[in-house]
Amino acid sequence: MKPVCKPKGHTYECDCGKECMTVSDGKAVIDLERSDVRPMHYTTLNCVMRKAMRLGCSRIELRGVMGQRYLASTASAPGLYIAVHGTPGNDLGAFLNGPTIEVFGNAQDMTGNTMNSGRIVVHGNAWDVTGLAARGGSILVKGDTGYRVGIHMKEFGDTRPTLVVGGTAKDYLGEYMAGGTIMVLGMDNGRSPVGRNVGAGMHGGRIFVRGEVSPEQLGPGASIVPVSETDIEEMTRLLDDFQRSFQIPVPRDFGEFVKIAPSSSRPFSGYYDKTNV
Amino acid sequence: MSDPKITAKRSDHRLPERFVPRIDYDLCRVCKRCINECSYQALEFKGSKVVSAGGCVACGRCIAVCPANCIEIRPVPPQFAPHGNWSERSRRSILAQASSGGVLLSSCGADDPHPAIFDDLLLDAAQVTNPSIDPLREPVETVTYLGRRPGKLEVCDGKVIIREDDTPLIRMDMPLMFGHISLGSISYNAQKALFMAAKELNIVAGSGEGGLHPDFYQYADRICSEVASGRFGIKPEYLKGVAAVEIKIGQGAKPGHGGHLPGEKVTTMISETRMIPRGTDALSPYPHHDIYSIEDLAQLISVLKESTEYRLPVGVKIAAVHNVGAIASGLVRAGADFLTVDGFKGGTGAAPRVIRDHAGLPVEVAIAAVDRRLTQEGLRNRVTVCAGGGIRSSADMIKALALGADVVMVSTAAMIAMGCRVCQQCHRGLCSWGIATQRDDLTDRLDPEVAATRIVRLFQAWNEELKEVLGAMGIDAVESLVGNRDRLRYRGPNPKIAEVMNVKHIGEGWG
Repeated sequence: MKPVCKPKGHTYECDCGKECMTVSDGKAVIDLERSDVRPMHYTTLNCVMRKAMRLGCSRIELRGVMGQRYLASTASAPGLYIAVHGTPGNDLGAFLNGPTIEVFGNAQDMTGNTMNSGRIVVHGNAWDVTGLAARGGSILVKGDTGYRVGIHMKEFGDTRPTLVVGGTAKDYLGEYMAGGTIMVLGMDNGRSPVGRNVGAGMHGGRIFVRGEVSPEQLGPGASIVPVSETDIEEMTRLLDDFQRSFQIPVPRDFGEFVKIAPSSSRPFSGYYDKTNV
Repeated sequence: MSDPKITAKRSDHRLPERFVPRIDYDLCRVCKRCINECSYQALEFKGSKVVSAGGCVACGRCIAVCPANCIEIRPVPPQFAPHGNWSERSRRSILAQASSGGVLLSSCGADDPHPAIFDDLLLDAAQVTNPSIDPLREPVETVTYLGRRPGKLEVCDGKVIIREDDTPLIRMDMPLMFGHISLGSISYNAQKALFMAAKELNIVAGSGEGGLHPDFYQYADRICSEVASGRFGIKPEYLKGVAAVEIKIGQGAKPGHGGHLPGEKVTTMISETRMIPRGTDALSPYPHHDIYSIEDLAQLISVLKESTEYRLPVGVKIAAVHNVGAIASGLVRAGADFLTVDGFKGGTGAAPRVIRDHAGLPVEVAIAAVDRRLTQEGLRNRVTVCAGGGIRSSADMIKALALGADVVMVSTAAMIAMGCRVCQQCHRGLCSWGIATQRDDLTDRLDPEVAATRIVRLFQAWNEELKEVLGAMGIDAVESLVGNRDRLRYRGPNPKIAEVMNVKHIGEGWG
């Protein structure tokens, strides 16, 4: 493995990407399948990607990604499209601020960690803590997700994060949720596509699950509430996007969806005693 | 909270007052300024006089504004039958909770009279064999750097080589930084005063977990932004445009506890900087949901370093807990460039009393434990150790440095300089001094320039006192004091504490 590159400042010129990156017409291809550059350390790969962004590339294509972490963290170039072939590592698109990332494979943990805006499309599974603390943007996962997905998502004003999962989600979906929308479509799953403790401690946002959700599966602070007209409008928008992104038919019988919402936006009011003892 | 199944007719036991404002009617001009200024509504106008209305918290605002100097606040003498075991507070707490069923909330630091170990430490001074230095005539260096050290210097042709991959160090003119106090727990004006003072003093101030108000980016080169479990207000410039980034794992006042900013404090401004809806409780979860191990922490440190392109130091703050030495070792191994240990007397804007008063480790012991463990493992020279939680004076600061901290973190002292009287009502959001409140009429009382000037004066004075002591010890740079426990002696009641801190007892000489 090549020495770790930790570039200091934009003026520092390292030779990261010399062998593996080709740039033409504002499009960069970073080919990690070449035997002379693999395996490439994540610091080197991130350095190469930042170079491509500094060159103003509107499209970056990564080939042969093998678990490199923190790809495109804090990437902010508006209109940038990043295609990831292979398997990105943890924290893909952390603090993402605008660009679109499309993963042609599976993603690992913490995809879209604390993402601000942008779009992450995963043509496979994305595992634990996907969309942690996301504040905006959208995450689409064609397959299944793991535990603690969509934890502490929040919304503010017009920015509302959305997370659509085609398959299933495990326990603690939307825990501590303070805003945003999660949809679990449960395609290829006959029973409940979510685990236990759904929405534990949630005090904002909404979760739509296609399939059965029994009250025992809900965490404290979450309730099952009726689906409204505006919910159907939002679900339709998200389903259209999902269908367009993955080119697959999606279920559209809204009668099959259960909506989970917070019991209160003030879960701690009345919990404390402020007496001056 | 569910109501008890047995429900009797509600009979609240009214608690006796704790403080009563007394007015000298011979002097009172009945200007009623005290009534207008009392945000706790503890004074009222009745008949022709200003009288106590109950609920006084001894914030001292009325005394400060009274033009006739005719008010004094008296603690109410014991109203309970004396008992050596059942203190007044224990009985008041039981009565309050029997009425409310709630978790007792308080603020500021732990207020039970635990003796401070700082007070049991005495400083050394130079005599005959190592002459003392007059800091007014000779230079005594107090500049301190925050960040990861390369461990060794590479010298080539007489010049020190700065390696390209070294994370830059943040220069501070004194070994002191302001702790993390969020916008939300304190007012806009109070936070502005802290940032202005930090800039003037050339030290670093913590942002707290509340995002950074757009107006405050002008001070960004002196701000350490905080990434805590709520991940509030994090955007690229909050990470890239500041002096340093700190991951908050814990806080000395409430180890293991998260943060709850009550919905009534989430005003439009707070909701915009935290990027959360107005009026909802802002919850910082107890743990980070992506951190369940040192390896997970290493990932968050790494992603922050990637995000900031290795251009700023990334630190980790933990509450001082019983296993603090081993945890600190893990933090350094996980890649933290600096670590902050917050002792159990540290302040807070709101914390459950049971945690604030009973959980954690005194910062004195924590510093010594961290310093010893990191030294044993050969890691101490790689990182900056910051320590806070109960630093009340320059003497405490000097003792903390001698015990092994590179930098001390202060918050409460800075707020007292602004006007805080430590009445411990921050969680009610009614601060009459305009510090721990979001009410416009109250925040207007704090002029940030005046407050910043007072903070600057205070810490300039502390720095002079530090130089005086360094000079008296015959030390000409503060770095030579750090971890120099041989210049401390313990005179307290429990020699075991001295042993744990690796400090000699009074009467024991050198060597």
